Amino acid sequence: MQDVAIVSFVQSDCVRYAGAQNEVELIMPVVQAALKEAGLSSVQDVDFTCSGSCDYQQGAAFAFVAGVDALGAVPPIKESHVEMDAAWALYESWLKIQMGQAESALIYGFGKSSPGELSNVLSLQLDPYYLAPLGVDTISLAAMQARSLLESGEVNEVDLAEVVVNSRANAKNNPHAQLSGDFTVDQLLAEPETVSPLRKHDCCPISDGAAAMVICTVEKAKAMGKPYAVIKGIDHRIETHHVTLRDLCRSPSVEIAAEKAGVHDAPVDVAEIYAPFSHQEIIVKRALGLDDSVAINPSGGVLAGHLFMASGLSRVGEVAKRIIAGEYKRGVAHATSGPCLQQNMILVLEGM
Amino acid sequence: MSLESGSATDQQVEVLSQKFTLGFTYTRSTGPVVGRFLSSLRDGKMVGVKGSDGRVIVPPVEYDPVTAEALSEFVDVADTGEVVNWCWVAEPTEHHPLSHPFAWGMVKLDGADTPILHAIDTQGDASQMVTGMKVRVRWLNQAQGNIKDIVCFEPGDTSSGNIPQHDFEEPVVMMDAPTYLDYNYTAGNATARYLHQIRQGKIVGQKAPGGEFVYVPPRGSCPATGVATTEEVECADVATVESFTIVHIPIPGNPIKPPYVVANLLADGADVSFIHLLSEVDNDAVEIGMRVKAVWKPEEEWGYAMDNIRYWKPLDNESDKGGK
Repeated sequence: MQDVAIVSFVQSDCVRYAGAQNEVELIMPVVQAALKEAGLSSVQDVDFTCSGSCDYQQGAAFAFVAGVDALGAVPPIKESHVEMDAAWALYESWLKIQMGQAESALIYGFGKSSPGELSNVLSLQLDPYYLAPLGVDTISLAAMQARSLLESGEVNEVDLAEVVVNSRANAKNNPHAQLSGDFTVDQLLAEPETVSPLRKHDCCPISDGAAAMVICTVEKAKAMGKPYAVIKGIDHRIETHHVTLRDLCRSPSVEIAAEKAGVHDAPVDVAEIYAPFSHQEIIVKRALGLDDSVAINPSGGVLAGHLFMASGLSRVGEVAKRIIAGEYKRGVAHATSGPCLQQNMILVLEGM
Repeated sequence: MSLESGSATDQQVEVLSQKFTLGFTYTRSTGPVVGRFLSSLRDGKMVGVKGSDGRVIVPPVEYDPVTAEALSEFVDVADTGEVVNWCWVAEPTEHHPLSHPFAWGMVKLDGADTPILHAIDTQGDASQMVTGMKVRVRWLNQAQGNIKDIVCFEPGDTSSGNIPQHDFEEPVVMMDAPTYLDYNYTAGNATARYLHQIRQGKIVGQKAPGGEFVYVPPRGSCPATGVATTEEVECADVATVESFTIVHIPIPGNPIKPPYVVANLLADGADVSFIHLLSEVDNDAVEIGMRVKAVWKPEEEWGYAMDNIRYWKPLDNESDKGGK
């Protein structure tokens, strides 16, 4: 495996309603900024472009094809798309570089959830015979996962509230965050349960926006003369599609991916965890084997702003950014997809 | 379309939005395993399948989740069981099976080793819900051959005895699985600006600053360069036929009676064509390069849509074949 360098990362603000911005208008600013930050003048300067998005979010069929209009793809470019979070577009791009088919890549993810009802849209990813016809929604599934964790006795509702307190406090330093501020555990626990045992603040907000990143070989990054972070390891694992057949308190896919990505090979000092629900941060942190010395979600994580289809890429970008700035030395980025942390990707990032 | 105020884009424009429902009216084949389960429901029976490790999986799955072995050993289980996990839905949506507050529950049926997920009805009373409680299936009166033959679970430790009626004997091999999603779609900034002009009876294309091409309709960027089309260029309601097709078959949902002509039209002043209708012309006389003019609806009928133009018809002066 060759090291791959992350040379730029740009994310839009997380906003509940992006109003009159279509996919092209969401993508253009972040792509242009990411290219500029990498010292590139256009998409023609990278070997490969890959994006992640989901058309069901805004109900516009093939919105990802329209999204290509944001790039400047004349003459035609090498381009691909995953109907997944853009972290998986990063994975495809990383593979392209490993295979020697590209030396550099532009990755972007975008999501406009405001036109639809995300929780119901996500019912469509469930079993089409047994679950989707019932209208089982993601928040309800997450609530059952939270209950199994709470009733295991290993975690209590104070632990869940602390995750939210930390997220919102950290998000005060994140200009793109949708939710931030100083809260206490008592304050949060005084709120009513919305889908018991979850309270509203245990669930991520829903955000519109986009994110973009440029990666390349280390040789190329050196030639560009830009500071960069290095992807030292990456692994992706998936669990069964049948949510009732899983032990929802644990994440074996995170455990294996962490092992394979080399999380445990050296100390970690920062981690960005993609946990749309507070209890999921606890599950992932435990599965990663991280102790309390590790800074978790210094950006605030997705509880502070959830760019569905770009949040996984943002986790990687948030770690990379801090390593480049010299704030941390070795970090873990986590991306997830599917109900109740069904599939998970783990990256290990280090400095130059 | 409705108008809303407020926008966070560079060029302020009223947001145009349109509510719509997206329907996926799929029919799904069940296969032998799911079909066996769905077929048994009409007889008021629950059936599971034995996994590779001998545990009884309900509802049955086609392949073992650990070994991936194909599974086929069916086992009858009870329609009563125990709640092993649940959450409370205080505000049900139209997508949910019950309209009053209810629980989703994972219920391990008597004789099963894995839970089934379904709704639990305690008549809106959350205080009755507790992990470990006994529940039974409430059956639909008239079986339909899908998972909704189980209306929900309800508290109780013995079967209700009310099994479904049904009037079909053949095994279930197909099921209707329609899905409907509601959206309030918003036009992009560039499109909204364009539609505001169409509302005024003007075709106003857009180009990127310093860009070469004028786009009608604009979609936000110059695709060739990836730069936002912030400049507006008014085009004529006169166009040149770039290509066309004559539609002879009726299109479901389309009120236009075939045969009719659909053409790619390049408006004077624009660099890309759009698609619209040609009429008031002998279909056989339509040709590439033909000059046409917009036939607008009466002004009082104008909205934020391209059908403000009813169709295009040949220019009176047929010798004008110049283009832009």
